[in-house]
Amino acid sequence: MARQLLKGCEAIAEAAIRGGCRYFFGYPITPQNDIPEYMSARLPQVGGVFLQAESEVAASNMVYGAAGAGARAMTSSSSPGISLKQEALSYIAGAELPCVVVNMMRGGPGLGGIQASQGDYFQSTKGGGHGDYHMIVFAPDTVQESVDIMYDAFDIADKYRNTVMLLADGLIGQMMEPVTLPEFKSDAQIQTAKPWAATGWHEGCGRPRAIVNSLHITDEDLEALHERLQATYRQIEANEVRVELFNTENAEIVIAAYGTISRVCRSAINELAKQGVKVGLIRPITLWPFPSQAIAQVAAEQSVKKFLTVEISAGQMVEDVRLAVNGKKPVEFFGYPGSRIATVDEIVAKVLEMKEG
Amino acid sequence: MTQVFARTKGLLDVDFHYCPGCTHGIVHRLVAEVLEEMGLLDKAIGVAPVGCAVFAYNYFNCDMYEAAHGRAPAVATGCKRVHPQNIVFTYQGDGDLASIGTAEIVHAAHRGEKITAIFINNAIYGMTGGQMAPTTLVGQKTTTSPYGRDKELCGSPIRIAEMLATIEGSAYIERVACNNNANIIRTKKAIQKAFQAQIDRKGFSMVEVLATCPTNWGKSPVEAMKWLEENMIPYYPLGVYKEV
Repeated sequence: MARQLLKGCEAIAEAAIRGGCRYFFGYPITPQNDIPEYMSARLPQVGGVFLQAESEVAASNMVYGAAGAGARAMTSSSSPGISLKQEALSYIAGAELPCVVVNMMRGGPGLGGIQASQGDYFQSTKGGGHGDYHMIVFAPDTVQESVDIMYDAFDIADKYRNTVMLLADGLIGQMMEPVTLPEFKSDAQIQTAKPWAATGWHEGCGRPRAIVNSLHITDEDLEALHERLQATYRQIEANEVRVELFNTENAEIVIAAYGTISRVCRSAINELAKQGVKVGLIRPITLWPFPSQAIAQVAAEQSVKKFLTVEISAGQMVEDVRLAVNGKKPVEFFGYPGSRIATVDEIVAKVLEMKEG
Repeated sequence: MTQVFARTKGLLDVDFHYCPGCTHGIVHRLVAEVLEEMGLLDKAIGVAPVGCAVFAYNYFNCDMYEAAHGRAPAVATGCKRVHPQNIVFTYQGDGDLASIGTAEIVHAAHRGEKITAIFINNAIYGMTGGQMAPTTLVGQKTTTSPYGRDKELCGSPIRIAEMLATIEGSAYIERVACNNNANIIRTKKAIQKAFQAQIDRKGFSMVEVLATCPTNWGKSPVEAMKWLEENMIPYYPLGVYKEV
């Protein structure tokens, strides 16, 4: 396949369709409008349905309806809109439905701003909605990686009957990069058996009556749901952790960063290498499940003296890095809340200060 | 012996959890009978609300969803868009449809969504314990309007059938009551027409059923029927508001 220059949002939308998405329910919000716009033009060409809902609340409840009907359905939004989608995401978790959600993060709280941010890490990885559940959260750092993740997102969602979130930011959504798009998945690949879906039922049709539901009124029933969910989460933790290690061997200081800011960190690491300072990078690609083991292994290395977590936030992922490092080495934080992105020079200066300190 | 009356196949053989005298049982039965008689049971997919009918998925003998409070029309939309040949209906109370779910019901109608909403208006929140609803009558005492609904404070009760009838996408809108035999028969006919509008893909259809809540109204079932007739019907006139 030829490489093309594509905008992040449009490349993600096309990859979703090639990965089997046929139903999209959206609502406009900057900086992700290119996704619903692209879907509105493209889905009818492949026999799919695009619907602009009356609100983010309705859009995500439509995803609940379409996913419960057995379809590959998704929605996308940006931070304030993702807050509104949390209601249905919690119900989708409770009803054990598969779906895909894109969050092109912008600064908060409230309306915040429309520039890139990483302020929704806690919301994405610690539940977001009510009730003790997890989404599988991917955090790509390039348009190509976004495409690759989105292409398989529905397979993963279907496999675990779980929400997959692609957590990126306004920069990845809006920038253009060269990408190679994958081929369309075949119908056989995308039509996974869903005997639990509501499709119309009669006695003897070969499956029990479908009840798409998150209400479990007895303690025993609710506990049984949580046992199933936790068993699923353990499987996801065992199978789906993705992390990139860059220059961590013999590194003195290791930076942990994801998404857009990890690219700035990589430049800082190359700059520091020129000065003879060995700095490595741990880049979680899945934020949940979190690559705690990989971080713990790096933390056990003799050469590694300190960790630095860099984010476009006041420091959220740093808490999970500290848990993974578990006191073996000091973990510092650098970054700004809102949408101010730390520069290469600032990160270099921070690392040099840590090295001397 | 000739059997002259039996349970409809549209309902499962389980006991309802509803209070004595509650009219949900009547409306459940009517919806189920209509689905059975029109031969729709194997195509029907229902969406239960949050409210007293939250367990409707345990009663209707077809595929069912349970939706978040007020969101049944959005869930039904998602389902219907995936399965346009199926018959998709919501069953919602007045807290669900007329309060928290106004955006979803208005826009389902506005899109001309080919779904049918069965709307139970009993002028109160039942399951949560008798709080004021948007449909609570002026002067009516509830647990959150202990001095009676004050129009200055809370506005006047909302008339859903009239409102949805103004929307272009609505194909069949009728308000009925289930307070006596004649009205129960009319209710069944209205439900038939609403499902027929969906089958004919004419647009959105809704039947608003004036219903009783003896428990939270603090009345006997018989007194409740009388109260509905004397207080609700004058404010919520029965009739067909839209038919295309």
